[in-house]
Amino acid sequence: MRKSGYARHALIETLHTVQSSFGFLDDDAIRFVANSLRVPLSQAYGVATFYHYFTLKPPGKHTVTVCAGTACYIKGADKLIATAEKRLAIKQGQTTPNGEISLMTARCVGACSRAPVVLCDGEVVGEMTGELMLEQLERWTVE
Amino acid sequence: MTIEELEQIAKSVQQESAKYDYEVNVCMDLACASQGAGALKDALVKTAEASGKKVLVRRTGCMGPCSHGPLVRVDPEETLYHHVKADKAEAIVDGLGGSPAPDFQCDLNDHFDKQVRVVLENAGYIDPEKIDDYIARDGYKALLTVLNEMTPNGVVHRITESGLRGRGGGGYPTGLKWGTVAKAKGDVKYVVCNGDEGDPGAFMDRSVMEGDPHRVIEGMAIAAYAVGASKGFIYVRAEYPVAVSRLTTALREARRHGLLGNNICNTPFNFDVEIRLGAGAFVCGEETALIASIEGKRGTPKPRPPYPASSGLWGKPTLINNVETYANIAPIVRNGGKWFFNMGSERSKGTKVFALTGKITNTGLVEVPMGIKLREIIEVIGGGVPGGHKFKAVQTGGPSGGCIPEEMLDVGVSYDALLKMGSIMGSGGMIVMDDTSCMVNVARFFIEFCMTESCGKCIPCRAGTAQMYTLLTRICTGTGTMDDLALLESLCSTVKETSLCGLGQTAPNPVLSTLKYFRNEYMEHIVHKRCPAGVCNMETAVEVVA
Repeated sequence: MRKSGYARHALIETLHTVQSSFGFLDDDAIRFVANSLRVPLSQAYGVATFYHYFTLKPPGKHTVTVCAGTACYIKGADKLIATAEKRLAIKQGQTTPNGEISLMTARCVGACSRAPVVLCDGEVVGEMTGELMLEQLERWTVE
Repeated sequence: MTIEELEQIAKSVQQESAKYDYEVNVCMDLACASQGAGALKDALVKTAEASGKKVLVRRTGCMGPCSHGPLVRVDPEETLYHHVKADKAEAIVDGLGGSPAPDFQCDLNDHFDKQVRVVLENAGYIDPEKIDDYIARDGYKALLTVLNEMTPNGVVHRITESGLRGRGGGGYPTGLKWGTVAKAKGDVKYVVCNGDEGDPGAFMDRSVMEGDPHRVIEGMAIAAYAVGASKGFIYVRAEYPVAVSRLTTALREARRHGLLGNNICNTPFNFDVEIRLGAGAFVCGEETALIASIEGKRGTPKPRPPYPASSGLWGKPTLINNVETYANIAPIVRNGGKWFFNMGSERSKGTKVFALTGKITNTGLVEVPMGIKLREIIEVIGGGVPGGHKFKAVQTGGPSGGCIPEEMLDVGVSYDALLKMGSIMGSGGMIVMDDTSCMVNVARFFIEFCMTESCGKCIPCRAGTAQMYTLLTRICTGTGTMDDLALLESLCSTVKETSLCGLGQTAPNPVLSTLKYFRNEYMEHIVHKRCPAGVCNMETAVEVVA
């Protein structure tokens, strides 16, 4: 925020910084950012909810993100999502009740040549299969 | 910085590399990195040191055929190795000077021979974080020539002469756009680079920004000089953290060399660039929405006119071009407009980068001259459909494009030809589908995408895509009727004609093109309640006729 001189148009940048530090945006954070940049709270909230990248819920300890871009979809990303949903007993976009694992989907991470792609805690894994993903989830559950 | 100083840097890079007998280039692009290119590079450095040979190990951007990764190219022999794991480092270093290790040497001559590399000319040859590497390959020469020898009008003229058209998808003539912004009145103007590559399935912009960031910056600086702007923004998706960090490094280096900032190269020209992050909204690829997003607002499009060329960022005249468009600028200035004009087809000039993905043997980035036949791209360069399956369709242009069936493959690729086939050029994603893909399901996927990505400002798009999705879901689950199909078709034309921005206007394209070429699949779903590709789960239990 300081870096951009409290400029109003730096709202998205500021929210990015907040999210990368805290993992998500809560009401207090949005309120604080809106006050500091002197933008209406409605605009700050509007921006935070409009863009998919911002999340208002705290993520789990581990995050598995399945890319749902076209190339990944053609190569069976929908089946990966279904597998993960079944194993974790949650829907996409949710976190397991114990706060361990979040299941997310992404709109293309740009590694389409290695589709289907899954991000395990931010690390890109290409040519994912159902078994490999279950193994990874198993490892996290044991921890 | 003067031309002499540039040449000095280029010379010192050459002297430096002359100290080495061999150069081992390791592709460290996302696709290769996800297969262990990082560990491979470390192993190569270690074994090279231990062997006592004079070897330079260099990290480079994407080399192209990602499905063969991790890739290593050994110069000066230009031997290409594929599927190289860290434990093969020793074999590669041993092979230097002798015969190359044959078991993982790859022969992709068919793949490379048909390609013409303009935008990707440096991909695989330079370290993206070293400005000197870029300068050694004629980098920033175009900018200095422009500043010292050409008038802004002359630059616009040269771009117009080249026949370059916007590479973001629309294909608007770039020279015309530059001319409009240059003529627009106003003391403050902006240059914006659209790096919001929202099209899922395309990744050439990411690859250019990560592999050759200076090329984009140079293109922007030339554009700024031509239109009279002194401030630029690069709008990058937040999903591309590597691109952001590479661009940040590149901007810092360029400033340090006096290629950005005030009085660039002792001329009165001032220009600097700022990076802006997107936050995952497909609609922000639309120029008015992108402007709103840079201003820190929700990315909702505005009706045009006024066009950004007269009233864009903060109401000032703004030039918006795609990453790939800017990447074409420096070579055009260096080689002249005629050179570019002579490549390509009648109304689409130059080359185009395509991201080949899906059910195809050689996935990755390819750059081909416009006018090349789709069949050549898919069968020769792409290596055809693997696994004995049969080619069914190729999808171009992302969610705004359409599916092209086999019988249309002999058409040459150009903006107009693709438009005529009911698809668009788009940013250049090419997703190949084989007989295991259900076209109705694919159409549903794209409509779902457009539905969630619709910004909600205008009703045809917001409500129309939702209704289309419901109808397609019904067809996919076997509960659709012929009335649904008729309704779907009329809805398509309504949404197409009445939506505010490009997203809505093109959203029905995937449905329309699949209806046009694969109507029998829709009929199978509706009449016989079965999915020919076996993708859709039919809810109603219907006996499948064997």
